[in-house]
Amino acid sequence: MAGSYEGTVWKFGDHIDTDVIIPARYLVSSDEKELGKHCMEDIDRDFVSKVSPGDIIVGGENFGCGSSREHAPLAIKGAGCSCVIAASFARIFFRNSINVGLPIFECPEGAASFETGDVGRVDPAAGTIENVTKGLTFTIVPFSPFLQRLIALGGLIPWVREELEARRKGA
Amino acid sequence: MKRTLASAIIAAHSSEKGVEGEICRVKVDFAFANDITAAPAVESFREMGAKKVFDPRRCAVLPDHFTPNKDIASAEQTKRGKEFAREQGMLYWEVGRVGIEHAFLPEKGYILPGDIIIGADSHTCSGGALGALASGVGSTDLAAVWALGETWMKVPSTVRVEYTGSRPGWLTGKDMILSLLGRIGVQGARYMALEFGGEGIASLPLDDRFTMANMAVECGAKAGLFLPDEKILAYAGERAARNFTPVYPDEGAAYGRTERFSLDAMEPAAAMPHSPDNVKPVRECGSPKIDQVFIGSCTNGRLRDIAAAAKMLEGKQVHPDVRCIVIPATYEVYNQAMERGYLKVFTEAGAVVCTPTCGPCLGGHMGILAAGERCVSTSNRNFVGRMGSPKSELILASPFTAAASAITGRLTDPRDAADEKIFAYFEEE
Repeated sequence: MAGSYEGTVWKFGDHIDTDVIIPARYLVSSDEKELGKHCMEDIDRDFVSKVSPGDIIVGGENFGCGSSREHAPLAIKGAGCSCVIAASFARIFFRNSINVGLPIFECPEGAASFETGDVGRVDPAAGTIENVTKGLTFTIVPFSPFLQRLIALGGLIPWVREELEARRKGA
Repeated sequence: MKRTLASAIIAAHSSEKGVEGEICRVKVDFAFANDITAAPAVESFREMGAKKVFDPRRCAVLPDHFTPNKDIASAEQTKRGKEFAREQGMLYWEVGRVGIEHAFLPEKGYILPGDIIIGADSHTCSGGALGALASGVGSTDLAAVWALGETWMKVPSTVRVEYTGSRPGWLTGKDMILSLLGRIGVQGARYMALEFGGEGIASLPLDDRFTMANMAVECGAKAGLFLPDEKILAYAGERAARNFTPVYPDEGAAYGRTERFSLDAMEPAAAMPHSPDNVKPVRECGSPKIDQVFIGSCTNGRLRDIAAAAKMLEGKQVHPDVRCIVIPATYEVYNQAMERGYLKVFTEAGAVVCTPTCGPCLGGHMGILAAGERCVSTSNRNFVGRMGSPKSELILASPFTAAASAITGRLTDPRDAADEKIFAYFEEE
């Protein structure tokens, strides 16, 4: 995972579902950039024109609930966002984000501290999230050792590649 | 250690013990994608350097979402999934034979008691109706299963949902799962499994159980399971495409918590805009006017659902201001509905009958809403923009409630729009 992330925060509420992250009418493509053009448009029509590269999405509870579409974390990446901070993540979105390389951070207190326009900074190595605007620092809920290994390896695709390689050698 | 059904199934598929919270590598019995999720899965599969799926008879692509293809882009996408399935010798069914994946696969005996099922679609949890641990994932996770025949899974804690009492004919699995959502909320079982049981479940028809398992994901759950009773074993036994071993929880298993309901005290329920947990009794919703009714989807497109709608609409007319769209989930359902005369009831009532597809449920096609329009739908999600315009509104309800509303043009409790005699038929299986 890259060093650290710093950007302007776009704050959303609880239960942000994958239908508003990327509406199904755009699921005729799985191209990150194409999907990024419509990210969040059903909840904030101007989001894509306002967001700048490196910006951070902050959500409340259960971020990414609903459909299994992997297009949701892809759309967030395609819109240029560097990472997502939330109080909690829905199960499938959580797995998908790790699998497609969208950095996500669970931090209920940190998520609650942000308002749209604040500057946020995430230091994954130190396990901290900083609300730069408000001068507050929070601790990220750490990933399980299994997920840390998966992320360190570069996600699920390299993990499977390694696994297949080992099987070929074993065969 | 006393195991819940979810942890017992995981233990049966893993070298680990299935202790709650533990991350296990599990063998997968069946793994599938649809026309939207297959194409990105194929890309990930290639990036993984995989050459062959782990077992082509246990891997499938089912074109059901935007099919029959709604435009050129969806046609291209569907074609990529089909080409991969053919290249790999996997299971694939064309439009005209395939149905909505979560209704079709159990019918064909590919989802069986005791199985672990992984699908690149969130409503894969429907398979829990047969006592399988069935769970939805994204395309890359699915590609990993296609490549390895395995996946990783955290053993979930389980919420036991107990039903007592007897079920009136108008009370459906949809009212039961919406009532649960109303109580525990859209993250009430996040990362957990639901296990449905109690004496009130014994007489519940399979189609209603599919509806309940289907919406487990709306509670945030990884899976929603029923114990394989005689009904389930009889259904699976006559359809099984391969051998299976039913799995049961241990007596005295430790549940995260238990939710109890009395069927005698339940009422037809509706989820009002814009969240599946915004649930109230239909009679307390203020009878809002509606523009469309949709009866179908992986939640409520099975024979009993279609029968409920047909019995309500028999000899009646759809309100002049309402479009009523009926979509049987599979061709087995479609043909049975035709043989029983239900399709004729619909067209004579002024409703539309479409070919099996997910279609309007996800705002794909076959019934998109304009700004300001409101629809009563038997599907599973009423998020902003789910069926079309972000300024439209969706109300989730049972097929009885949807059909009653189609007649009156307003959200209507089925007991207020039909003779009680209709419901007698639905008191038994």
